[in-house]
Amino acid sequence: MPHPAPEAQVVDGGSASKPQRIIKLGKTTDDSDKKSTNRRVKDIELCVPIVYGTIAFYLGRKASESQSHKWTVYVRGATNEDLGAVIKHVVFQLHPSFNNPTRVVESPPFELSECGWGEFEIGISLFFHSDVCDKKLDLVHFLKLYPEDESGPQSTKKPVVMESYNEIVFPEPSECFFARVQNHPAVIVPRLPAGFSLPAPVENMNDKGRGDTKDHPLSQWFMNFSEADELLKLASARQQVQAHIVKLRRELSVIDGMPQPLKPAASYECI
Amino acid sequence: MDAKDILGLPKTPLPIAQEKKSRPHKDSQRKPDGISREVYALTGGVAPLMPSIDVSQLKRRPPSDEKITWQWLPFTSSARKDNLQLYHWVRVVNGVPPTGDYSFAKYNKSVDVIRYTDEEYAKYLTDPKWTKEETDQLFDLCERFDLRFIIIADRFPTPRTVEELKDRYYSASRAILVARAPSPGEVASHPLVKEPYNVTQEIERKRALSMVLSQTKHQERKDAEVLAEAKRIAESRMAARAAEEPDLPVPPDIGPESAERAIGPGDTISPSNVQVHAAAAAPSTSVIADNSSTLASLRMLKVYLRTYALEQMVQAASSSAGLRTIKRVEQTLQDLGINLKPKVPTKAVCAEHLELRKEILTLLNLQKQLQYKEAEGSSFRDGSYGDMPGTAKRSQRAVDQDRTFVPDTISFGVIPGDRGVKREQKRKGPGRASETPSSPAGAHKRPRKMKASDL
Repeated sequence: MPHPAPEAQVVDGGSASKPQRIIKLGKTTDDSDKKSTNRRVKDIELCVPIVYGTIAFYLGRKASESQSHKWTVYVRGATNEDLGAVIKHVVFQLHPSFNNPTRVVESPPFELSECGWGEFEIGISLFFHSDVCDKKLDLVHFLKLYPEDESGPQSTKKPVVMESYNEIVFPEPSECFFARVQNHPAVIVPRLPAGFSLPAPVENMNDKGRGDTKDHPLSQWFMNFSEADELLKLASARQQVQAHIVKLRRELSVIDGMPQPLKPAASYECI
Repeated sequence: MDAKDILGLPKTPLPIAQEKKSRPHKDSQRKPDGISREVYALTGGVAPLMPSIDVSQLKRRPPSDEKITWQWLPFTSSARKDNLQLYHWVRVVNGVPPTGDYSFAKYNKSVDVIRYTDEEYAKYLTDPKWTKEETDQLFDLCERFDLRFIIIADRFPTPRTVEELKDRYYSASRAILVARAPSPGEVASHPLVKEPYNVTQEIERKRALSMVLSQTKHQERKDAEVLAEAKRIAESRMAARAAEEPDLPVPPDIGPESAERAIGPGDTISPSNVQVHAAAAAPSTSVIADNSSTLASLRMLKVYLRTYALEQMVQAASSSAGLRTIKRVEQTLQDLGINLKPKVPTKAVCAEHLELRKEILTLLNLQKQLQYKEAEGSSFRDGSYGDMPGTAKRSQRAVDQDRTFVPDTISFGVIPGDRGVKREQKRKGPGRASETPSSPAGAHKRPRKMKASDL
């Protein structure tokens, strides 16, 4: 039987039930790390929901001309789980007027705090672990310092929060990655088809301390993103449109049913 | 805003300061040199893309130490072989006229026409259709007129077509070249040898060209129709192959029906029918084809964002729709209270969003179909108008005025039959504003705003 994935700590579970589905390359006798990252899990897409954005506080009395706000830019798991299993490091690209505008954050929580006065676009590049993806993913976020409602002086207690929800999709994850995160809370693994047996689950070796943002100091300002609301609205809209379509189809068939060129004489008389 | 400024709220000065600071480099471009600020602002306040006249040069005068006069002097040109003496005005500096050849002599270019000797003619160039005399005349004319074959054909003593003359000249020159060359390889790169003149092809090409040029409008339209029909058939065949279960049932009889109408006599109403039928049929099937290819291309990526995937799918779904249709879809979404880009783009939400967009597209298509049907119906009724698409729209007004018993297709209210005002059908629906604002009639192009109360 083929040898299971090299990082597996459970030895016997893997060899007994190696699914045919996952094996792409015939030769599996000496599994190096590289080989297992080449083997892909087809038809299963892994999805990592994230939220990225900024929180900005007005400094009030401590504000100066050039440093009126203290802000933090971050990428967090949508449910505040640790993204470190997926993301290796994040590069935040700040406005060139900042010292060293290219800031690299090597470990979760992936965030960066700074002081400044200006609003600008922050470039956020996500770099993944080698078994996850060798391409980076770029995001862009506009740093907002001033609230929409301009009435009254700015409060130092209530920050300006701008967050965006998105999902990172890996259409054909590597076996290694899959094994690593199939039980990880930050990753959404779809319902597996019947007969599909999983590769041996792997202990999460990232014990470098907490990378999740559940108890983050700013967590009280995090926005809630609920898909239920949006789904409801969409369903209701679709219903309306569908009803309208049915009506139109009926009317069209009425007209089609009428003989052409003759139209019912009634229409001439009703003036 | 100014009042707040005056009141001394600290916020407002800062953004202004930011704007100034964030654009330091643009300021240096703002100062024009050499022309006043107002004039510069006339051009839009931006420097011209290409320097037109160097402004600093404008006020320059010729150096005062030179004495300039203009004199009427004779000149010679190397381009002339006779001894004709010509005169022209010359700019004389300090009494010294300019030297050198006539400035335009360099443009006197001519073609190197190969001249053969009599022996060469006898050896290589004999041809049953050409006498030596004719060939000589041809080469003379070619040299004289720089291979301008139209003129040569005109001047040629015996009647010959341009193609015949070209053929004779080029094949003769080619034969001489090849004969004179020490080895075939050396001359192989010469353009005359590399690309021989192909008489039959040339004749055919010119014939086809003149045919295209002389096509009447009617023929052009016919050709376009047939081509469009062929394209549609090819598309639907392709989509049928790639299609999964279609969401929108496509009536099977639309295909042959529209084909019949296209081939029928030049009835201009039927083409619009064809367009409408095909427009309804084609988007549904080609949309499915587009979707599956987008899915495939997404799977090729190693990683992507859900919002990106949605964008691609939306684009694929609206690929058959024009810009105006897309705008109408977006307007409908807004009217329904849906964000154009979902706030929580999960897999489920994106799927629903996409389906909604597709359904709205279907709805708009159906609305358009209905309009066309009505137009068609009314044009048949009004016998006095000709079979013109334009009048179809005009006569539609009569239709709407008559309509109390025929169910109004798109709006949901009953329209009073008596309306003296003639509305502009094309783009605006405000003619109906005099009625209840919530029911603009379906006779014009603006889609009806949808409300929850409709159902």
